[in-house]
Amino acid sequence: MKATVLIAEDEALLAADLQAQLTRIWPDLHCVASVADGKTAVVQGLALQPDVLFLDIRMPGMTGLEVAQALAEDWPDLAKPFPLLVFVTAYDQYALHAFEHAAVDYVLKPVQPVRLEKTCARLQAALQQRAQSQAPGPSLDAAVHTLRELLHVDAARPQGKPPAASPLRIIQASVGNTITMVPIADVLYFEAADKYVRLVTAKHEHLIRMSLRELQLQIDPECFWQVHRSTLVRCDAIASALREETGKLTLTLRDHPDKLSVSRLYADRFKGL
Amino acid sequence: MRHAHNILNQLRRELRIFIPVSAVSTVFFYVMYRDSFASNLIYSLCSTLFIQSFIEAGRYGLSALIRKRSPDNQEAQRNWPGWGLMAPWVVVSGVVGYAAGHLLGDWLTDVQHASITITGNPRAMLLSMTGVFVLSLGITYFFYARGRMAAMETRTETALRSAAESQLKLLESQLEPHMLFNTLANLRVLIAQDPPRAQAMLDRLIAFLRATLDASRSGLGSHSLSEEFARIDDYLELMQTRMGNRLSRRLDFPDDLGRLSVPPLLLQPLVENAIKHGLEPTIAGGWIRVSAQREGNTLVISVRDTGAGIGGEGAAGLGASPPGGSRFGVQQVRERLAALYGKSASLELVAASDDEGGTLAIVRLPVS
Repeated sequence: MKATVLIAEDEALLAADLQAQLTRIWPDLHCVASVADGKTAVVQGLALQPDVLFLDIRMPGMTGLEVAQALAEDWPDLAKPFPLLVFVTAYDQYALHAFEHAAVDYVLKPVQPVRLEKTCARLQAALQQRAQSQAPGPSLDAAVHTLRELLHVDAARPQGKPPAASPLRIIQASVGNTITMVPIADVLYFEAADKYVRLVTAKHEHLIRMSLRELQLQIDPECFWQVHRSTLVRCDAIASALREETGKLTLTLRDHPDKLSVSRLYADRFKGL
Repeated sequence: MRHAHNILNQLRRELRIFIPVSAVSTVFFYVMYRDSFASNLIYSLCSTLFIQSFIEAGRYGLSALIRKRSPDNQEAQRNWPGWGLMAPWVVVSGVVGYAAGHLLGDWLTDVQHASITITGNPRAMLLSMTGVFVLSLGITYFFYARGRMAAMETRTETALRSAAESQLKLLESQLEPHMLFNTLANLRVLIAQDPPRAQAMLDRLIAFLRATLDASRSGLGSHSLSEEFARIDDYLELMQTRMGNRLSRRLDFPDDLGRLSVPPLLLQPLVENAIKHGLEPTIAGGWIRVSAQREGNTLVISVRDTGAGIGGEGAAGLGASPPGGSRFGVQQVRERLAALYGKSASLELVAASDDEGGTLAIVRLPVS
């Protein structure tokens, strides 16, 4: 059966070997791209829309899981079905636990031919089933569901720094030589912007040099909700959540004209009573 | 089930002291009063039963009270309220237990023995009370010593276990499984594609593994600086195979320093951090430089990379390094330096000051 695959693996030798092994097991599987970092994987994944994705977990730029998350958030509604995911890892107890939990396919490095054959058989069966049903909807829903499970388990893992005992109260944002003290209660939302985080209050905005992930460990998750991989919003600053016909969710804020979009992965936060 | 088992064990311990104490007191009173052995046995068993019950009730009750007030009290944890409370309690238990035991004995033998003994003969009274106190103290001391011994055993056990744990953690931090399996994956590919290169890589891996195991087993000892640099070079060559042109390296030290002795694989955690948290997470990669120089009587070794830098984002989340991995490495180097050289050695970890960024680690050791 004909299919396309994208391989994301930062080690050149291993990427070439995986591709060779796949070709041997599944001659009709066409490799549309082999990329060496997470960011390129997202760009190429969206552009080439392969049927299958092999994602290394530890890659420069973004982890394999972050790549999957970004793809699920940005996958166009009317595109081809969401790719089947296979994670590749050398050793990671937490990741394996998460994969087992969410029933995600994975292979361990060094990749054993027997295991890869099984994986290919499973992928072929899934693609066959998909070809019969035709609709792209279920594949994306299933992927979103799986990724939510993965993120959920991932959030429970012990982090490098333990969550701060007392959440951050004041954020020091520096502009030139001045440091502005921004009380956390004034912040409407945080948005990741490359190596910085953009902090937006009712009247101002600042850039702070910190990753969203680091910041997330220091603020109260009950107070600031994640609504997108790059957005944390203070829940009581949200005025309304509007569901468009396409199913897309958009948030309006109480004290600010900005509109924030909620990604598929976090849409289940807004249910309405 | 477990609970019932515990109670049975406790009863067995109580019996182990009850039997010899009753026996000794039977003989003691039989020698003293020279009347029927059987009645002496009954009186002794009754008195010992009451005295031991009082002592034990007091021991557990007082310990529980102390635990309630200060939960951290080590002695109360193992049911010992301290001699300060126990000494008066032993006296009370002795007097009351002896009297109660005799009343029970009277009731069992159907004679009025107790009142006669207690009121009639002060000398005999004094003698028997002394016997009672000695035996009561004996009972108390038995449980006191037993508790202490158990506590000491637990402490030794905990110490042994934590030593084994920290050694295992050390080994795991040096033989990081992620690095090991990725290296093996590369080897597996090279064996088919390029056997000579596979062999060369395997030789590096063997040298690195041997040094790591030796260092973790002996911990102490030392090898020469040139040996240390050779092992670091093995590790970096393995990483080179994996990272390709994303990694470049330079190792240099003046020839005359090559023979100075250094603790084995002291630099390994620093080099590993430079790769794992500095260069590996960045898309472009960069370089690492390990160099040594002598400043008077100090050997200065620096590890510099141009990676993500201190406080850099690195790879976080699923698939990232185990928690505290880098801090553990740095802390381990600091601890080794402190243990070997005290305050005359140090490790400094700073952000590199030039435009290329990254991290600079500087180790200073006294030259012996």
